[in-house]
Amino acid sequence: MFNEKNQASLAGALEKWSEAVDQKVSKRPERKPEFVNTSGIPIKRLYTPLDDPAENYAEDLGLPGEYPYTRGVQPTMYRGRFWTMRQYAGFASAEESNKRYRFLLDQGQTGLSVAFDLPTQIGYDSDNEIAIGEVGKVGVAIDSLADVETLFQDIPLEKVSTSMTINAPAAVLLAMYIVVAEKQGADPKQLKGTIQNDILKEYSSRGTYIYPPKPSMRIITDIFSYCAEEVPMWNTISISGYHIREAGSTAVQEIAFTLANGIAYVDAALKAGLDVDKFGPRLSFFFNAHLDFLEEVAKYRAARKLWANIMKERFHAKNPKSMMIRFHTQTAGCTLTAQQPKNNIVRVAYQALSAVLGGTQSLHTNSMDEALSLPSEESVQIALKTQQIIAYETGVTDTVDPLAGSYYVESLTREIYERAYDYIRKIDEMGGAPTAIEQGYVQREIQDSAYAYQREIEKDERIVVGLNRFQIEEEKPKNLLRVDPAVRTQQVERLRKLKAERNDESVKSALAALDQGARGDDNLMPLIMEAVRGYATLGEICDVLRGVFGEYQAINTLG
Amino acid sequence: MGKAKKIRVLAAKPGLDGHDRGIKVVALALMNAGMEVVYTGLRQTPTQIVEAAVQEDVDVIAMSILSGAHDYLFPKVMELLKEKGVNDMLVLGGGIIPDEDIPALKEAGITEVFGPGTTTTEIISYIEHHAAVQ
Repeated sequence: MFNEKNQASLAGALEKWSEAVDQKVSKRPERKPEFVNTSGIPIKRLYTPLDDPAENYAEDLGLPGEYPYTRGVQPTMYRGRFWTMRQYAGFASAEESNKRYRFLLDQGQTGLSVAFDLPTQIGYDSDNEIAIGEVGKVGVAIDSLADVETLFQDIPLEKVSTSMTINAPAAVLLAMYIVVAEKQGADPKQLKGTIQNDILKEYSSRGTYIYPPKPSMRIITDIFSYCAEEVPMWNTISISGYHIREAGSTAVQEIAFTLANGIAYVDAALKAGLDVDKFGPRLSFFFNAHLDFLEEVAKYRAARKLWANIMKERFHAKNPKSMMIRFHTQTAGCTLTAQQPKNNIVRVAYQALSAVLGGTQSLHTNSMDEALSLPSEESVQIALKTQQIIAYETGVTDTVDPLAGSYYVESLTREIYERAYDYIRKIDEMGGAPTAIEQGYVQREIQDSAYAYQREIEKDERIVVGLNRFQIEEEKPKNLLRVDPAVRTQQVERLRKLKAERNDESVKSALAALDQGARGDDNLMPLIMEAVRGYATLGEICDVLRGVFGEYQAINTLG
Repeated sequence: MGKAKKIRVLAAKPGLDGHDRGIKVVALALMNAGMEVVYTGLRQTPTQIVEAAVQEDVDVIAMSILSGAHDYLFPKVMELLKEKGVNDMLVLGGGIIPDEDIPALKEAGITEVFGPGTTTTEIISYIEHHAAVQ
């Protein structure tokens, strides 16, 4: 072991070495006067055992599958099974999305991830005037159960796991999924998947909110409570730092604001009378894989330790599963360049590798053309192959948490942990994440970081290959994927037919019951299930809740 | 320059898209360059944008869309501006806009379209050269 005597002699040697190097540097300077990562953490020239005292090992790191889970949530990690390779996809109509899912499953993808169009995400039917221009654009358009039936045609829901990026109307889409699964003959208790269902980051970073925070939190805890009994293997929320980072935050802010949101959900669920060890194990998380490779690896490790600590010390969870932060990762869309798009393949590969070395449970790799348009089939395939190459060829999956013990990585892990905890304490003092968001604090922190990042690029302090250095003359890319504008017309026609054919009386009575329930404190899930079964549309259901709960008015954080 | 009237800009997010990193960074840069910027916030209909532009008496409308709805929403804003008889505003677009869509947008009256990788310096300089400030 590294004893005191060794430590003193290393400290002495290091001092001498530093003096000598400083002398040299004064004549021949390093590339920059100071090295600082995106989180503002100063990076030293050299890290040694002095930065990583081994006596803290058990407390800081522990063993994989054991508290505080810094080294991973499972004891064998990828020696047991690889992460779930899950590409976010879905566009235009349910038919076309269904085709893409079956293609991806054929290519060896192991889980589905559904992208919805914006009207669906904000609870509007395709025939709403506000939806003009948006139907089927960034994901699939879903108006009713009929569309979800088409979406999963010939895909056995009991066998796949499905992630749905849906927030404000998450309860409605989950209800549709469960009903379709039941119609296939599946047992809801066997269903595996995730709904994003993370409204707080919608207010601060992503923008697809509908209702104000209070009723939104109630819908979320209704889902927690319903699923604990009826769909016990479902991940009821994916508390997302991804979009916070995409909106411009630093790595430290990403995990700080995400876990602060996590604390708010746990608080809300406890207030609703739920048992922390009943819903705690179903909380899942979603992080971003950005460019600073080692900072990212350290970030995931710090996030695991931080959440374990919060659940154990703050919320007194007893079940180890409540303390484990299981997370999905997606590579950072905001780092992709429209210039020399093939370079993005390389960026994505490094980002994906950082997520794997950071111990992710599932992964989406971005396609090279995403700064230009929706991804083409070829570029999606390369993105998926990137994951397969990491899994099967690089060897990094053969041992657990291979970068542990790197003096730098351990030091960064601790530093990120401390700095994120400082943010969380500050947010606690403000009254918690919902208040910090309503006051615009979180949004301002993020936009300031985004502005600083852009300034660095414009001042050439941050080099983006192909953008502000190493530019080349290039032809504009062709064959970009386009969404057929006829999708809206088809979707509107389907709606018209649906409304003509369904039993209007039962829709009316289900919606009236939902309205009543929303005014009281009944769990909304069974009421929404009933409305969905009778083919009430997404827009109709969300309109009922808009009527009772009102709509969120965002705060302006500029100026 | 000296006592020249400040350029007034409406920074706008038409449609349902929630990506506001770009528009906020541009808005902050324009403010720091001495312009007066009014930000609409998310989810504005073309009607709301045109009303705000007229009410705030801006010289420039800078809109950002990353959802692909620009092909409908940008021309719609131009159409409503024309209906109101407004033809002296500089109207700019930004976001993820495929090159092949740009001619049609310009045809509709969008003066310039700024894609990914554009610097705020370029946008500031463009506005300073083209905005019609009396």
